[in-house]
Amino acid sequence: MKHIVRKLYWNYEKEEKWLNEMCAKGMALTDYSWCRYVFEDCKSGEYVYRIELLENWANHHESKKYIEFLEESGIEHVASYMRWIYLRRKANEGEFNLFSDAESKIKHYRKVSSFWITIGIFELSIGSANIGIGISQSSNMNLYSGAFLFLIGFALLGLSWRLIKKIRELKKQMQIMQ
Amino acid sequence: MPESSERGALTEAVYYIMLALCSPLHGYGIMQRVKELSNDRVNLGAGTLYGAINTLVIKGWIIPKKGASNSRKKEYEISDLGRDILKIEIERLKELINNGEILLK
Repeated sequence: MKHIVRKLYWNYEKEEKWLNEMCAKGMALTDYSWCRYVFEDCKSGEYVYRIELLENWANHHESKKYIEFLEESGIEHVASYMRWIYLRRKANEGEFNLFSDAESKIKHYRKVSSFWITIGIFELSIGSANIGIGISQSSNMNLYSGAFLFLIGFALLGLSWRLIKKIRELKKQMQIMQ
Repeated sequence: MPESSERGALTEAVYYIMLALCSPLHGYGIMQRVKELSNDRVNLGAGTLYGAINTLVIKGWIIPKKGASNSRKKEYEISDLGRDILKIEIERLKELINNGEILLK
């Protein structure tokens, strides 16, 4: 049976956690498009889900090479959205983690935080511009949409800041262990 | 011969990947072999492995194997340069172990 859930996630780690919680409840993600998650029934905890941000869009030839490589290890490419890919593997095939050492974890965190910072700054600029227009032309619409975009930008920068702190922690760990 | 700049420590993952590739293997094969060699202790993540393989190929420490019968699963094996690097690394590790055993009596 298909279940469709509409939800918006900013933080991919929380999103991943939610997908795994859904799977524990017997619902496995089978497709995704913006804010629209499609689930099918499954055995409780049948799959482990992971989300990764790629260097390029999912249909780029470099991304395809990588996804093919993943499929060799029994990792299924469930869905993609721009540079994001949704992956899963059967839980009974063992632990599923894409990154097993601090260095590659940091590399991925850096990719995601750059992504968020870029969008965040973009939203802040457009937001501020709109607020400016809203004030100078007494336009409530510009004022409110500007404020909205500004807040989103701010939230994204907040998310990247948290990732940067995680990167710092990992780097400190790396001074002692790999 | 490897230059002296190559004398840093290899990470555990890279050491085991190169060791595993003393026989030709493809990606998943490398993961399983390393798990076997390390008694289940080292579980390479697919993302980590992919990055490491690409870096090792660029450095010339491993080479893609030509003419695999199954052209989809690309196989790799260690190069002569890679073998030299491993020999140096093993000497480094021997030094660590010797000192450890002596001083930690």
